[in-house]
Amino acid sequence: MGDLKIVGQRIPKKDAPLKATGDAIYIQDMKVPGMLYGKILYSKYPHARIVKIDTGRAEALPGVKVVLTGADVPNNFKFGFLKDNPPLKSGKVLSTRDEIAAVAAISEEIAEEALDLIEVEYEELTGIFDPLEAMKEGSALIHDEFKSNVLKMPWKFVHGDVEAAKKESAFIAEDTFSTQWVTHCCLGTSGCIASFDASNNLTVYSNTQIPSLAQNDFLEALKAFGLKKKRVRVIQAVIGGGFGSKLDTYAYEYIAILLAMKARKPVKIVFSREEEFFATSPRQCTITKISQGCDKDGRLTFREMEMVLDNGAYTSWGATTPSVMMVPISSLYKVPNIKYTAKCVYTNNTYCQAFRGYGNPQATFAIESCLDQLAEKAGIDPLEIRRINVNESGEVTPQNFRITSCGMKDCIEEVVKRLGWKDKIGKHNGRGVGMASLIHVGGAARVYKSDGCGTIIKVDDNGKVDVITGSSEIGQGSETIISQIVAEVLGVSMDDINVINNDTDVCPWDVGAHASRTTFVAGNSALGAAKKIKDQIMEIAAKNLGEPVEALEMMDGVIFSRNDKEKNIPLGKVLRKVHYTLGGRMLVAEHFYDPPNENFDQTFRGNLSVAYAYGAHGVEVEVDKETGQVKILNYIAAHDVGKAINPLLLEGQIYGGGLQGIGYALGERMIYDKGYLKNGNFLDYKMPTARDIPPVQAVIVESDEHAGPFGAKGIGEPGLVPTAPAIANAIYDAVGVRIKDLPITPEKILKALKEKANEKG
Amino acid sequence: MKKEITFTLNNEKVVVEVDPKWTLLYFLRNIMEMTGTKEGCGYGECGACTVIVDGQAINSCIYPVLEAEGRKIVTIEGLMAKNGELDPLQKAFVDEGAVQCGFCIPGMIMSSKALLDEKEKPTEDEIKESIEGNLCRCTGYVKIIDAIKSVAGGR
Repeated sequence: MGDLKIVGQRIPKKDAPLKATGDAIYIQDMKVPGMLYGKILYSKYPHARIVKIDTGRAEALPGVKVVLTGADVPNNFKFGFLKDNPPLKSGKVLSTRDEIAAVAAISEEIAEEALDLIEVEYEELTGIFDPLEAMKEGSALIHDEFKSNVLKMPWKFVHGDVEAAKKESAFIAEDTFSTQWVTHCCLGTSGCIASFDASNNLTVYSNTQIPSLAQNDFLEALKAFGLKKKRVRVIQAVIGGGFGSKLDTYAYEYIAILLAMKARKPVKIVFSREEEFFATSPRQCTITKISQGCDKDGRLTFREMEMVLDNGAYTSWGATTPSVMMVPISSLYKVPNIKYTAKCVYTNNTYCQAFRGYGNPQATFAIESCLDQLAEKAGIDPLEIRRINVNESGEVTPQNFRITSCGMKDCIEEVVKRLGWKDKIGKHNGRGVGMASLIHVGGAARVYKSDGCGTIIKVDDNGKVDVITGSSEIGQGSETIISQIVAEVLGVSMDDINVINNDTDVCPWDVGAHASRTTFVAGNSALGAAKKIKDQIMEIAAKNLGEPVEALEMMDGVIFSRNDKEKNIPLGKVLRKVHYTLGGRMLVAEHFYDPPNENFDQTFRGNLSVAYAYGAHGVEVEVDKETGQVKILNYIAAHDVGKAINPLLLEGQIYGGGLQGIGYALGERMIYDKGYLKNGNFLDYKMPTARDIPPVQAVIVESDEHAGPFGAKGIGEPGLVPTAPAIANAIYDAVGVRIKDLPITPEKILKALKEKANEKG
Repeated sequence: MKKEITFTLNNEKVVVEVDPKWTLLYFLRNIMEMTGTKEGCGYGECGACTVIVDGQAINSCIYPVLEAEGRKIVTIEGLMAKNGELDPLQKAFVDEGAVQCGFCIPGMIMSSKALLDEKEKPTEDEIKESIEGNLCRCTGYVKIIDAIKSVAGGR
């Protein structure tokens, strides 16, 4: 590639000035002329029969334009991954976030008031809140139409012979680990505006992470609502945080559409913070039984895992998280024999969805905690067992992942060096060190039929470049990364590039901002389009300058000949020449990049991602034996990113992910009591503040992934994957107790210390 | 029953009739259509709505608009110079990579602005304290603190 001028630089985010001045328009800030405000009434009970709903008084309130209940949903329309979720429920409610009525009014206040006037009579039913209970033979059914509460998605992966390997193993560690519900806490709450034109074409202003899939979902809904052959346009506002929360479509969006249809006016629904807590979908809580073995030298012989996931009352894309859990389960370290099963179980709890890491953090917590247990049994330093079994480039893993670039070893060594591992491990004096590694998809993930992204580039008469991409900017910096790639290829400045990425009427298709895929996929797509437009430009410039194409180069928007720098022409002039001529043309290029990765086959084998991201986190903690408080003294997060296109932004992903991981490990938990959320606010749900950050180092390891744009792999999710087990392992090293259910609270540590003292006593 | 109040908003005198039920945030966003100040929770726990009132950073979502009478209020819209140049703090947030989704950033900048106006060279602890009430889910706060430090007399 030669010397890079823009790729690899610490370039500030393109949209940062807009956001630092308050000029960015989020969904909260948007208004459409004539717009009404929508509000949703939720169920009072987690499981009940709706005997009667009376909306008469609400409808009579001045300013109220529409009131809808489940009876108003046309054709029994349901949405979600298994189409089990009606936007407004009738008959039975299955969770406390069940939407049962909605109002559109001329102001938010009137809409709120109208909700209070809706009278609902319920017949309360016994709820099931424990997935293990719900799995039992003869358990009452959450959905009457299904035969079992266990979802018909049998997640099972088998490789080699685990039973035989168990017999041959010198050491085996087995245990059960569990994880809690945590929520995204996007500072900008969810919301949308649905608006129909006179021909019943729909525009949805949204903060979705999946514009193309959402467009498709809404088209399906319109069909069900009797509006066939209509168009849907999704326009994204600036997105106030994603982290996976906006990777699906939700009831509130369909409700806004239904309200707007009926009112013949645009309808805006924006969640309050309270709604954002209870009516969005958290990370799955899991119960994991794990067993791992090694030979006398510490080489892993097998890994067996059984997981139960609380699916909640409805099914979103989140029910497919076991597919990503399989990534570490089959392929984190070299393990020759694998057996994995997972069951997603309906309960009367909140239903779950995607959250950064998509199942990987839950699986890695069990794997990496148990690996330390195994190391102890085998009498090996936790570092050594990781070194012995480390992943390497060139491997083909049990799931047929082809590992083309792997910087895992370097990440581990960075952690060891920076943490001072050797002097600190095994002291058990209240201070301890721990580590955990990670594998994640780093070159997209083919979970959908297409994993592609399109880019269109057009260059105008003045040499300015418009990059129209399918990818979504959700704060991660995709706009900037794509600009850097295009600027580098073309030889123009960052300021000459404008990215358009928020309108399905204009932007090409993209599967969405998920799976840490945007830099890799949208980056490769932009790279392809940039090369194509450059070819066109150079061909024209060559004719103008009378020089061969091969001799030409562009820098700072000027094309010149390497043979004779006097022979040069500004980009804008080239374009004007080709435009203002008889039979003239405009320069446009497009490129759709669909990575050569594979959907899983029936046995869950297939090269899910073109490249895999690796990393290792190491942490030193101090545990107060009197209070159970954990203080992080040092935190090292080393990540193999292939190539850092923009280290400034990349570090931001690592720091941000890391702190989310620390919250997950040490404090965050949605407390549900019999279906009711007890801490749905920022006072009681403890997300980390600026006070909670430990000394942290983000270490970038580059492994140059040949399939990535300029060698890059994904980094969106990995930052929080190994955090919890690294901390749990450090706590064990410090005080000798292992906490197996997240979050690791002082109470749990004190209880474990007490039990340990009793055992000894 | 509306009531007339007079105050200074971003260096301009404002005389306006307000509903005593309004919060300052409601007034800014819905009446003045100044949407730079964000609402993240509505009960004073996330700091996205932070503005500066007489030199103090406050949560405008729980601040009654009547309290503005006679006071000097600065919002995120009031920081940029007339010639369009960013305030040094805004520029630092941009340059240090402190901005991701950006929803918390106006509030974050106003909290740290109040600190820096009061104290030229705050300690790291004072910086953390000043933004403790401003929640951010994207950045892990590291680069936000770096940005504030870079303005507070370098590192």
